[in-house]
Amino acid sequence: MTATLPGPVGATSGAGAVPTSPALDSPRSPYVRNKPTRSNYEMYAWLFMRLSGVLLVVLVLGHLLVNLVMGDGINQIDFAFVAGKWASPFWQVWDLAMLWLAMLHGTNGVRTIINDYAERTATRLWLKLGLYTAFTVTVVLGTLVIFTFDPCPVGASADLLPEFCGTTSAATPLG
Amino acid sequence: MSTTTAVLDDAARTSTDSKGKAGEIAGFDVTIRVRRYDPEKDTEPHWEDYTVSAYSTDRLLDALHKIKWEIDGSLTFRRSCAHGVCGSDAMRINGRNRLACKALLRDLEPSKPITVEAIKGLPVEKDLVVDMEPFFQSYREIMPFLITSGHEPTKERIQSQHDRERFDDTTKCILCAACTSSCPVFWTDGQYFGPAAIVNAHRFIFDSRDEGSDIRLEVLNDREGVWRCRTTFNCSEACPRGIEVTKAIAEVKQALLTRKL
Repeated sequence: MTATLPGPVGATSGAGAVPTSPALDSPRSPYVRNKPTRSNYEMYAWLFMRLSGVLLVVLVLGHLLVNLVMGDGINQIDFAFVAGKWASPFWQVWDLAMLWLAMLHGTNGVRTIINDYAERTATRLWLKLGLYTAFTVTVVLGTLVIFTFDPCPVGASADLLPEFCGTTSAATPLG
Repeated sequence: MSTTTAVLDDAARTSTDSKGKAGEIAGFDVTIRVRRYDPEKDTEPHWEDYTVSAYSTDRLLDALHKIKWEIDGSLTFRRSCAHGVCGSDAMRINGRNRLACKALLRDLEPSKPITVEAIKGLPVEKDLVVDMEPFFQSYREIMPFLITSGHEPTKERIQSQHDRERFDDTTKCILCAACTSSCPVFWTDGQYFGPAAIVNAHRFIFDSRDEGSDIRLEVLNDREGVWRCRTTFNCSEACPRGIEVTKAIAEVKQALLTRKL
């Protein structure tokens, strides 16, 4: 029986020697699994996406309703309208919540997309670095604007200021 | 791309009556376009066409058999039981993961070439054979066996029908890897546990006799665990056993949330 056993093509074997497999590298690429992580980070990220999504629907639709539908609709929007809104702490908090939630929601979404589509660790790292930089710049700048916004800064020349500032600054010297 | 033809007569199939046409099964020619790869010859996989005559009762596996046995013996694929139970012959047929032994040729638009390739996301060893190790490694990690504490009972572990019903769907898995290799998240780097491992964890997590669900849930709470699921439903569509895979994954997510919060 063993004598009739066909050896691999090209394999030369001595008398009585068992057929040897061809000298080729194993086609099996070594599979290395990532180390297990012991944290709830991904769970909280997943949960945050659901909760912030629900909140954003309310915040964004409310924002659109107040800005575009109620009152004079789109015709009311100008510098004075925004200045008027941000004079109220309610709209400051509303816009701040919208900014933070939208940025966190969007950034986390893009983070998962990078994880899903970027195959190499280095590519992931650089893409995420860019993403987190963009997030930080936008959130810091946005937060700063919402809290430090002043429609009529003291000492600015009158022709740069909107009309409603002019009336108050004009009234001051008279008074 | 080369084309080879074989005409096969399979008298036993065509008719019980050799003279008349009663009971005759319609025959047709079908082109099978196979993605071939021989690691000893090829640097890249390539498509090759084979034309075989088949009958409307034939499955894709029968066509592959005809190619292997009568046209090109070097064609390599896995199959064991050939009846949809062993889960050996999962392949990508016309772009969808199916079992070759459960896919009838007449359902695969035989007027056009039927494309057959290895399942995606796992390293191809030869033709339609892939290295299943990454798949089985994540399967082992979820500990697919009964975990209990205390003394072993002298009798069988009794379970109510209602408790058995709870995880019935996920007991049907045959580990063919059709779901895991249809998952876009798994395609990226093969690190995601994959639907099959989660389905088999679900089978024990929701088993009233098992006491290891906390360990399994902790394993699946990993960065590469259930939270990487994007609910694309590819797995549910691919499953040849009709398991509601995406639903099972969602139930594991829910179990994790209720335990952690």
